[in-house]
Amino acid sequence: MAQRLLLVSTIMAFLAGLAIASFAGFREFLPGLLQGALITVEITVAGAVLALVCAVIAALAKLYGPAPVRWLAITYIELFRGTSALVQLFWMFFVLPHFGVRLEPLLVAILALGLNIGAYGAEVVRGAIIAVPRGQWEATIALNMSRAAALRRVILPQAFVAMIPPWGNLLIELLKSTSLVSLITIADLTFRAQQMNQTTFRTVEIFIIVLLLYLAISMIITVGMRALEAKAAGAVARGRAH
Amino acid sequence: MTAPDSNGTPMVRFENVTKSYGSFVVLDGLDLEFGAGEKVAIIGPSGSGKTTVLRMLMTLERINDGIIWLDGEPLTHMERDGQLVPANAAHLRRQRGKIGMVFQHFNLFPHMNAVQNCMEAPVTVLRMPKAEARARACELLEMVGLGDKFNHYPGQLSGGQQQRVAIARALAMRPKVMLFDEVTSALDPELIGEVLNVIRKLGSELDLTMLMVTHQMGFAKEFADRVCFFHSGKICEQGPPEQIFGAPENERTKQFLSAVLEAT
Repeated sequence: MAQRLLLVSTIMAFLAGLAIASFAGFREFLPGLLQGALITVEITVAGAVLALVCAVIAALAKLYGPAPVRWLAITYIELFRGTSALVQLFWMFFVLPHFGVRLEPLLVAILALGLNIGAYGAEVVRGAIIAVPRGQWEATIALNMSRAAALRRVILPQAFVAMIPPWGNLLIELLKSTSLVSLITIADLTFRAQQMNQTTFRTVEIFIIVLLLYLAISMIITVGMRALEAKAAGAVARGRAH
Repeated sequence: MTAPDSNGTPMVRFENVTKSYGSFVVLDGLDLEFGAGEKVAIIGPSGSGKTTVLRMLMTLERINDGIIWLDGEPLTHMERDGQLVPANAAHLRRQRGKIGMVFQHFNLFPHMNAVQNCMEAPVTVLRMPKAEARARACELLEMVGLGDKFNHYPGQLSGGQQQRVAIARALAMRPKVMLFDEVTSALDPELIGEVLNVIRKLGSELDLTMLMVTHQMGFAKEFADRVCFFHSGKICEQGPPEQIFGAPENERTKQFLSAVLEAT
């Protein structure tokens, strides 16, 4: 895995070098695009936090909630998984105002994308909880622990490790879907690129830089999640029986 | 049916308990008593319902009919307006605290070391101060011969050591009744002895009611006050080990014992 990272980093460095060497426009476009990238990162981070919270709540509600709560969670998951993220953005931005709800574009972006990824995440969390061996639950019952204490102290810490790789996927998915917010007037990376392209027509230079910036951010996510996985897996692997 | 050495109320009493999965009846109208401090070995072929007896007592399985009594009070039921109704969660938690269980596959918490495994329930359930829980955990781990493994995680321990941690973990909750569900079945043969020695030690040093489902006939013979032979969801024969192993009366008991003894 370290080798693969090295390979990708090398390719990126090569492309970056190519860009710097070939294009006089690099210095011209980069500052503006970096500003856009900052917005992209902001939406990704805030969206990720919201997605994680929604995913855990929806998963627990679906698994252990009383019937009405369970149905609410299922409705949320199916609704946000089953419709396109772009349509969800448009709904919150263009349709809700007709019902008197007017939200800031940035808030809409974070809400829509966070809820969307959270719906996928809910199934990831649920799957990881179910995958914890039944004997662990039985041990908590035999020790007279409440279900809440069992989840908090025994089940979720073990489920957490299994969740990390799929969450890495989802976060990259989230990063990529932030480009949709350019369609609701937010000046993210993609928006800035289109704007510059329309005024300068230096399409190749601009979009090579954009590509590299997205790739760089997703690499940071990948490396971060790997580190987290190694740390968490280390803690549990020491304990895994047999 | 009363336990040989029980005086007064039995510690555990199964009263006409029935358990079935769909149309498959695992236990059929079971009546069984265990006296306080009694050590009982439960033997029988697989599928005879012997493990289910322990699992129902630990409230891991719901019973379909009948009542289980624990320490003079109903376990599966509770009294409300002079009537017995199915127990709610609060009642179960109050009663369940009197029972500890050790599993075939240990079921230790893999993300906690030996001491943490033994501290977890006393701290989160009994609200014991951490220092006290730690001291008690260390004391119990010493008792099961793991004084040098406090900070080892389950994955760093052998099966026999893990099972001894599991015994210490159950004892940390100060149960009156200890259930052992085939606790040596998942162990390599050379590790069985160390676990049985610990169980022997508990039997002689602690005032516990001990119920064990086991395939270790030699140990059952030497350790138990009484042996219950299960077959097809019923008690076929029970009595002191000398009688069951020495002069079994029931034909099924004879068949089972000769098959088991032949294999070893």
